[in-house]
Amino acid sequence: MEEPLTETTPPILQDDEKRGRNMTDNFASGLLAASRPRGSSCIGQFTILDSAEVTEADLGVNFFLEPDDVGKFRAERTCALLEELNPDVQGHCNTEPVEYFLTQSSDTHPLRPFTHILVIAPIVPELLADIVSHCLTTSKPLFYIHCVGFYSDFSVQLPSAFPIVDTHPDPTATTDLRLLTPWPALSALVEEKTRDLDSMNAHEHGHVPYVLIILHFLEVWKETHDGQVPSNYREKSDFKELVRKGMRTNNPEGGEENFEEAIAAVLKSLNPSTPSSAVKEVFEAEECKNLTHDSPHFWVIAHAISEFYKAHNALPLPGSIPDMKAQSADYIQLQNVYKTKAREDVAEVTATVRELAKQHGHLTQVDEKEIEAFCKNAAHIKLVRGRPINPAFPGQKLKWGQRAKAAVSALTKPDSLILVHIAFLAYDEFCASHDADALAGAPRAPGSEDSEVEFDAEKMTGIANTIIDNLINEAGTRIEEPDYSDIGVRVAQYVQEIVRAGGGGELHNIAALTGGMIAQEVIKVVTKQYVPVDNTCVFDGVGSRTEVLRLGADSVL
Amino acid sequence: MEMDGADPNGVPGEVDRKRWTYLDRILNRPGPFTDEEWVPGEPNIESLERMKILVIGAGGLGCEILKNLALSGFKDIHVIDMDTIDVSNLNRQFLFRQADVGRPKAEVAAQFVEKRVRGVKITPFCGKIQDKDEDYYMQFGMVICGLDSIEARRWINATLVGMVDNDDADTLKPLIDGGTEGFKGQARHCIEWAHIIAWEEERKDDTLDTDDPEHITWLYQKALARANEFNIPGVTYSMTQGVVKNIIPAIASTNAIVAAACCNEAFKIVTSTNPPLGFPGTNNYMMYTGDDSVYTYTFEHSKKDDCPVCGNLAKNLEVDPNMTLEEFIASLAEKPEAQLKKPTLRTEEKSLYYQSPPSLEEQTRPNLKKKFSELVSDGEQLAVSDPAFQIVFKFKLVFKK
Repeated sequence: MEEPLTETTPPILQDDEKRGRNMTDNFASGLLAASRPRGSSCIGQFTILDSAEVTEADLGVNFFLEPDDVGKFRAERTCALLEELNPDVQGHCNTEPVEYFLTQSSDTHPLRPFTHILVIAPIVPELLADIVSHCLTTSKPLFYIHCVGFYSDFSVQLPSAFPIVDTHPDPTATTDLRLLTPWPALSALVEEKTRDLDSMNAHEHGHVPYVLIILHFLEVWKETHDGQVPSNYREKSDFKELVRKGMRTNNPEGGEENFEEAIAAVLKSLNPSTPSSAVKEVFEAEECKNLTHDSPHFWVIAHAISEFYKAHNALPLPGSIPDMKAQSADYIQLQNVYKTKAREDVAEVTATVRELAKQHGHLTQVDEKEIEAFCKNAAHIKLVRGRPINPAFPGQKLKWGQRAKAAVSALTKPDSLILVHIAFLAYDEFCASHDADALAGAPRAPGSEDSEVEFDAEKMTGIANTIIDNLINEAGTRIEEPDYSDIGVRVAQYVQEIVRAGGGGELHNIAALTGGMIAQEVIKVVTKQYVPVDNTCVFDGVGSRTEVLRLGADSVL
Repeated sequence: MEMDGADPNGVPGEVDRKRWTYLDRILNRPGPFTDEEWVPGEPNIESLERMKILVIGAGGLGCEILKNLALSGFKDIHVIDMDTIDVSNLNRQFLFRQADVGRPKAEVAAQFVEKRVRGVKITPFCGKIQDKDEDYYMQFGMVICGLDSIEARRWINATLVGMVDNDDADTLKPLIDGGTEGFKGQARHCIEWAHIIAWEEERKDDTLDTDDPEHITWLYQKALARANEFNIPGVTYSMTQGVVKNIIPAIASTNAIVAAACCNEAFKIVTSTNPPLGFPGTNNYMMYTGDDSVYTYTFEHSKKDDCPVCGNLAKNLEVDPNMTLEEFIASLAEKPEAQLKKPTLRTEEKSLYYQSPPSLEEQTRPNLKKKFSELVSDGEQLAVSDPAFQIVFKFKLVFKK
């Protein structure tokens, strides 16, 4: 694990109405339990903020409450039963209403002690806006979650630059053999091991590592092709034939495994290794180009690697080779040639990092291990640009900004779940404009009363349609019929399904599933491993499918 | 029977439904996707309470499934698991505590859930699924699997398929199969976390089509494709199985996701509150991966026409007449669609090889060294049975010219 997590304290913020009850248990239990087998990493502490008392209805959705808990504080009881799951984790609870908690006068923001924040809808939009802006200025990850009936969605607000080195790419994508640009030591090995190819005995010939076979025949090919390597599909097919002709078939097997491996590798190994757009995005980032005295290590190393790339037109060599048919001694020799080159590349990058440190007066020394890990995975690093969550204020236009066009194009895809997300935005507006009682602050969710289901659904559909129209306008486009009417029909269905669940009612299965997904996302964000959702994920429990949407505002209001 | 002051958790049969306030809204109100014929209210509650549902496995997935079903309104749940609780289970299997180590999983899980969700009855069976016969399985309306063993999944699938009587709709038992997997081919050092999670779901009206051999074949082919990329030789069907069986680095949240997706389908099937997956011509398979963002793929997994589990016709099998019976048996173990480790072989005429009892094994053993041409004639039917399956595979032998 990269960092000690014992200091992290992600609180779970909950509104004080009868909602968000089950997500908490599944989120938190998932998170606690999930972190247990990993030993060294663990969510150290969590805090549940919830002022509600346990009702009988809570027992129907929350497994971490017991019949005897009815009438007691929900935060307290849930916290106690969750702690039982993992004695190494410290649970805290706070039974203040969220509006008191957030508006208490103090020199520091009440959320300051926490590192990760999760908010479960509904919440008063002004309070959400306050949390959004606090998290933005302090670069804290924020999750905003809906779960009603068969649907759920969550948005993740990451810091504006959230770089990941350890993305755990698919192993098939990580082999980088540089067959088109062999370096002297590799060429020398090819020469040494294939010089006497024709006079080798059957065993030797059948055990020349395929990497060397390809490199050998590339030299043969270049002799008759003006020194050029095969570049298109046809040439590569011809090249395959050239290798095949070199294979001995006058044996009991009628061929040789190492040559077959070489032939199979031709198409995918003879591509120039150009950095992906994700890597280029990192190199082009302002933070990478303009280092300062307090630039995070990621950017310092990224800058050094971008210089390496400029100088060599290649990223540092990862240095690993796949398993292949070979005599052990030859394989190890080949492995060493790759490893040595990889170490040389790391050394060069390290020298640049040290030079940069002097130039910019960096205060902390970048650890060599960190540089090595970065070099090894340089082709697969990823930068997520967090965007602010956009609270839906009643009667105000949402600002979709740069994402308006993409959102409109999703609208017209019949299987896109963006309309579920829009239905949830309408849900937020509905809740914010309907108080549960005369006391302001506690929002009322649609569908609480049987007699008002249809009325609430109509009203909420109206809100959803306004959101859709504003979005289309902001994108400066139009949606023609029959697509436009179709969108209206579909969003009305999602709204009806949400209102049907009544007063923001959760179904245990959907909450458990959503809580599980969020627990995974929190772990990814906390450990900076794997690639987190960027930035909104919608789950449809009717069709049992998910969709990830890139939304969020350009800037905070 | 007084309503007021009644146990808030509801004695079975009592009308106190306060606990189920939110569930009841879904059961009592039609939605935009419910069928026009659907009747809200009481019938759905009754269906849930009447449904006798079997959960196979009380491990990481099984614990989640039991909890989910109890909180979905199911009242008559049965669970089978042969294992006892080990210290290493405590991190993911959240129904177990230190004090439970050594006790049977099925029993502890049942007691825990019964305590939290009063009114639900969970009947544990601590033993192997193979200990039970068709009569036992016939009593259930639905089966949910949360197994980590391919062998056991294959067995239950074959058993349920074998029970189907086309003239009696009740003999068709919907099977919902959840699985979490983390096979990594050769990369043993690299323990990845969020993996391919697949669950399968089957439905009345349809023959049980998404069978496990197909499932393993899928995994095997994926592993093979990966191995080919790496040029790693030696990925076999049996190795795939071994890896899937032994290395399951799924974490708790993955179990939560897959178990909840399965139970959501079970709930929809029983209550018709929304269309479930699995009707013929609709999606019946959902796959979830969580390592790179979140990605799900929901699609229709189709029945293989020549599936050896549900296909009744003898399948043509080309064999070299000079091959010995021993060599043939070895090749069966590698067959991707149904890996047969301990096959017993016979034709309509004679017994070729019996694994047991020992006397028969001894009697038929000399046949192992004989060539096919000495034992059978071209075009003859061969029946193969294996302890891993309850059904008999039929092959029509076609001699290679």
